[in-house]
Amino acid sequence: MNRPLALHLLVIAALAAAFFVLPDYHSGNLARIMVLAVYAMGYNLAFGYTGLLSLGHALFFAAGMYGLALSMQHLSLTAIPALMVALIASALVAGITGALALRTRGVAFMIVTLMFAQAGYLTALYFVQYTRGDEGFVLPQAVRQIAGVDLSSAMGRYFAALILFSVTLLIIGALVRAPFGRTLIAIRENEARATMLGYDVQRRKWLALVASGTISGMAGAAYALLFGYAGASFAAVPYSIFPLLYVLLGGAGTTLGPLVGAVFMFYLIDLSSGVTDAYMLVAGVVLVLLTLFLPQGLLGTLRKRWVPWLP
Amino acid sequence: MAAVILKTRGLTKTYAGVQANTDIDFDLPEGQIRALIGPNGAGKTTFVGMLCGRIPVTRGKVIFDGRDISALPAHKRIALGIAYTFQITSVFAGLSVHENIALAARRAGGNAARVTETLERVGLADRAGQTAGDLSYGHQRILEIGMGLAQSPRLFILDEPTQGLAESEVAAFKTLITGLKNTTILLIEHNMSVVMETADYITVLDQGMTLAEGTPDAIRANRAVRAAYLGTADA
Amino acid sequence: MDFGPHLMLAMLEGAVTAAILALTAMGLSVVFGVMRVVNVAHGEFYMLGAVIAWFVASTLGTHPAVGFVAALVIAPLLVGALAALIDITVLQRIGYDPERTIVATIGLLYILQQGTLMTFGPDARPVAPPFNTRLALPFAEWGENGLALYWPWGLSITSYKLFVIAAAAVILIALWLFMTRTRAGLIMRATQQDSAMARAFGIPVAKVYALVFGLGAALAAMGAVLVVPIQQAHYLMGGDPLLLSFIVVIIGGLGSLPGTVIAALLIGMSDGVISVFFSPTLAKILATLAVAMVLVFRPQGLLGKKPQ
Repeated sequence: MNRPLALHLLVIAALAAAFFVLPDYHSGNLARIMVLAVYAMGYNLAFGYTGLLSLGHALFFAAGMYGLALSMQHLSLTAIPALMVALIASALVAGITGALALRTRGVAFMIVTLMFAQAGYLTALYFVQYTRGDEGFVLPQAVRQIAGVDLSSAMGRYFAALILFSVTLLIIGALVRAPFGRTLIAIRENEARATMLGYDVQRRKWLALVASGTISGMAGAAYALLFGYAGASFAAVPYSIFPLLYVLLGGAGTTLGPLVGAVFMFYLIDLSSGVTDAYMLVAGVVLVLLTLFLPQGLLGTLRKRWVPWLP
Repeated sequence: MAAVILKTRGLTKTYAGVQANTDIDFDLPEGQIRALIGPNGAGKTTFVGMLCGRIPVTRGKVIFDGRDISALPAHKRIALGIAYTFQITSVFAGLSVHENIALAARRAGGNAARVTETLERVGLADRAGQTAGDLSYGHQRILEIGMGLAQSPRLFILDEPTQGLAESEVAAFKTLITGLKNTTILLIEHNMSVVMETADYITVLDQGMTLAEGTPDAIRANRAVRAAYLGTADA
Repeated sequence: MDFGPHLMLAMLEGAVTAAILALTAMGLSVVFGVMRVVNVAHGEFYMLGAVIAWFVASTLGTHPAVGFVAALVIAPLLVGALAALIDITVLQRIGYDPERTIVATIGLLYILQQGTLMTFGPDARPVAPPFNTRLALPFAEWGENGLALYWPWGLSITSYKLFVIAAAAVILIALWLFMTRTRAGLIMRATQQDSAMARAFGIPVAKVYALVFGLGAALAAMGAVLVVPIQQAHYLMGGDPLLLSFIVVIIGGLGSLPGTVIAALLIGMSDGVISVFFSPTLAKILATLAVAMVLVFRPQGLLGKKPQ
């Protein structure tokens, strides 16, 4: 067993144990954090590993969320088929928007992804009779279960989130060590060089974006399924900024950075929203400080200075 | 007579009214070491850019191994067996020396053994763990040559490979190049000692057109070449 | 109101929108043109202009015209100074690296927006316009005696709105003259062309950048001061102008002044007209997708220069 894999398993075990140790409020938070961390891990695949700075990942999160929620609400699907719908929806959306957006790079790519996400949000508002727009709709407890396990219970919710998190973490851990992941990193580092070594850079970027979008979509579906609510606000700009924030804080291009970033920011915002309505101010300050002083993020700096084997 | 591995017919590149390359016909037999020389601005890098697909052609054809590759994107041409080093060294500065070579080898189907072998061949085995960006410029250039070698290419195109190298490194380069088997080499060079000592045949470009072609002795004696170029080059 | 007058009304309102948009987008365009920086917090500079205008007007408390003129001078100056400070302390420190700049300006967006929420509060607050007479407008129609003018009921515009259109035009012309006819403008354009070369000629590039960033913010603030008597000052009012400015600058071509003006007219007018006849949400969806498609298939915009 190699060190990165051991570390991942250790983290998963620690999270599993945490449920039994932490008070209800915090384990509830942690369930939410884990799902958001999956979202951020999806984003990290595109941004941290491939160097694609997307400002529109909320589109994928929402595609998965609505894919599941709408099919449960309006088509009466149960959880597993609804998850399949979410998977297909987010992969499709990522595939199509990716094919278009990847014709651009750099600043243009950022703006195109932002525009696609904005169009997605507006579309969710436009079809208000199905989505209930910003107000959203609730998924009743009765439908939120898989194989008899009630996902609205504290334990069901937590361990469902943990399973999703663990599977994603292990997949990403394997992916980034495999040739595919190494090539993505090479593309991020020096795209011209990667092309002149014979790599089909466009195709790999697209694959990375589809994988990224699908993971983010599954996080969106999980969020709706586990917390029982779907609303257009999840498709709006702040939800595109959050994964960027988590990844930057935790460390872009590290496997556990997204989780670290999600934990930090969640609690930072949780604490500051108790003090003021303007809690996003904290997010703003953190972003500016990060980009000025700690561009590699927490784990990224740790890896650079002291722990080179950190995945 | 060896088969022609690379040829161009009527290769032309025009930039907004400026003819960078005009109607170049070029034949490169397999296994030959060909040097491409000429004054600055002669169009050497443009020519080579069109060969490997980095620069789109205005007119003309590129044929590799009997196959017309004029419409193929750059990465597909490389995958056919062409390796290319940039005029200004371009490696993966943030990754280790080992990973740089491994990335090159991996795509070309090489295994871990090839990576080790290549590192040893270019003399970077003891620096395998170093970050490529921390190497001296000369070593980065050597690394880039190593990345080309790791692909076991059929055609190796090098754009001013010895520029920035120390004397000893230049000597090592000469040995390396002449010792390669089963590889056709196309070399843009300004260093005349490298050209004269390694090249089997030389093509001289001037103002976007072929001025002369011949063996090193023939080129050295060629009046037109001397007038256009050799008098000002470093011997 | 019949279709004809209704359309004319929509176009006039669209012209007002276009005027403000042209100013705001010009700020974004100037900054990108000279510095190649995408400032996501641009909408917040706009919002600050409106908020400061409210502060100035309500603090002075005299005749609205005095407060308005004072605001028109003070708000852009303050916002411009703030922007210059941000450029010096944050943007120059990260060397204008494209990714880090976007992230830093996103952070600034939240700081400025939420900071305003904490001080100014969540309410929308009005500012009285300096003058506001309603002018009925004529419309032409074929009658028994040929083309005749009549005054449809409901077809009117306020004198202030006409003033906004005129003021925006004046400011834009002044800006154009500044960029093309003055030495300072020449220095800015030289720095845009080749900053290394400009430095070699002794131009203090860092100072130029700070000034340009300040100028861009000031233009947005000016647009907001002009609009605040029509709309109201609100801490979230920067969102739409940001998006619309982006659309304008991209379609007009990043860095192209005339392109920005033409695109602002197009977008401002069509946004007004489409919103009157169709659902505003649908109009926005189409506009957003149009921007994305322009960037994907024609990245230099309508009038920008093709990248080498």
